[in-house]
Amino acid sequence: MVAEMFRKPTKWSVMKQLILKDIDDLIIGSLGIVAFISFFVGGVVTIQTALNIDNPLIPKYLVGFATRQSVILEFAPTFISIIMAGKVGSFITSSIGTMRVTEQIDALEVMGINSLNYLVFPKFIALMLYPFVISIAMFLGILGGMAACVYGGYSSLEDYIIGIQTDFTPFHITYAFIKTLAFAFVLATIPSYHGYYMKGGALEVGKASTTSFVWTSVVIILLNYILTQMLLS
Amino acid sequence: MIEVKNIHKSFDGIEVLKGISTTFDKGKTNLIIGQSGSGKTVFIKCLLGLFDYEEGYISYDGKIFSQLSEDEKRNLRADIGMVFQGSALFDSMTIAENVMFPLKMFTKQSKSEMEDRVDFVLKRVNLIDAHHKMPSEASGGMQKRVAIARAIVNKPKYLFCDEPNSGLDPKTAIIIDNLIREITDEYDITTVINSHDMNSVMEIGEKIVFLKDGLKAWEGSKDTIFKTDNKVVTDFVYSSELMKKVRQMYIEEKQ
Repeated sequence: MVAEMFRKPTKWSVMKQLILKDIDDLIIGSLGIVAFISFFVGGVVTIQTALNIDNPLIPKYLVGFATRQSVILEFAPTFISIIMAGKVGSFITSSIGTMRVTEQIDALEVMGINSLNYLVFPKFIALMLYPFVISIAMFLGILGGMAACVYGGYSSLEDYIIGIQTDFTPFHITYAFIKTLAFAFVLATIPSYHGYYMKGGALEVGKASTTSFVWTSVVIILLNYILTQMLLS
Repeated sequence: MIEVKNIHKSFDGIEVLKGISTTFDKGKTNLIIGQSGSGKTVFIKCLLGLFDYEEGYISYDGKIFSQLSEDEKRNLRADIGMVFQGSALFDSMTIAENVMFPLKMFTKQSKSEMEDRVDFVLKRVNLIDAHHKMPSEASGGMQKRVAIARAIVNKPKYLFCDEPNSGLDPKTAIIIDNLIREITDEYDITTVINSHDMNSVMEIGEKIVFLKDGLKAWEGSKDTIFKTDNKVVTDFVYSSELMKKVRQMYIEEKQ
């Protein structure tokens, strides 16, 4: 499937339009929910961290430090990817699956168009912009944490800002984006596979979407473990 | 002309096509008929290269499909127009965009040239002022006509139709049949229709291949089907009282 996906497109001008449409559907269309979740989960991480620090010897800036580490290392790349497996993954599986059921994929093949390339390649390219979504999730997660910290009275703004600057390791950002790119590949291919190779009718499209979400999540969690072991240990 | 020689196709060890050989002539409407489960759809999907087959060959004007490279197969498919049973229109595109799609993919025409061609074929299938509708806003008959327009827009050499009349009222079915026949004559293409509509058989069956249990049980035309004594064919075609009377009248008229 992956080899067919990377074959030369029938026409580049049409492919460009498909890529732009998929960027709009998969990336731009996801920004709202990603921003909302990131901001509030960032706030929750901050509150929980602050409430669990009751030792007066632990400095207050640790709240900002812990929030930054949680958001950059795990929450933004992994948690958001699981959300995206539900939102984007289900959309990909159901849209391709419906095309399979209604013979639209057969129509493409009969016309002499490489349907895997036509349907999956633009999604893959669009999802290469996925790190952009994760950058926004990181920023808004930390911002949400700051808002919760300051307005909840858990520590001062100065302490929080000192915390998010303390012991900053640039490689953690690189690590997060390496994970993000690996997850983008998973988000483009596993849901497409489940949609493209499904058999049956409308009921099976629903089942394929559910199966695709489960498998995408499982692969993301396993890859997360493997990449963390490889890159951080 | 399409030549089919000894095609065998199985699914999970069950043989669905058991050695079918026939030819589909250029400039004619060739019909494949038979009961549900006789292998018609599998046969047409083998003809289109959507299914691989275990034995035999299919040649398009002398080119054996299975011996072509992937690129050659794709080039050949650009000469094929297909009308699917459910129309298979792209539901994210308008009717005009659906019809324009093969031109966008396979020609270097300018936008205005493509628009002119789309206007022409939509008029040809009697669809005016439907350009901006989505497929979901069109009736079953309109969707079939859009599918025909999309199939002929790039001037194909071969036109395949899988049950083009299914789900249509009798009047619309006759319109679609006549349209397919006119287009076949006009463009001198090889048309293959998969059908179990007896009206289509009697109206446009210039060549008829009858399948039963994966075998070719009979071959003829709309004229010879009235005269045949082949019990398998007569049991299927003249199963209704109406068709029996039609046959009787035809024989009396000829006598």
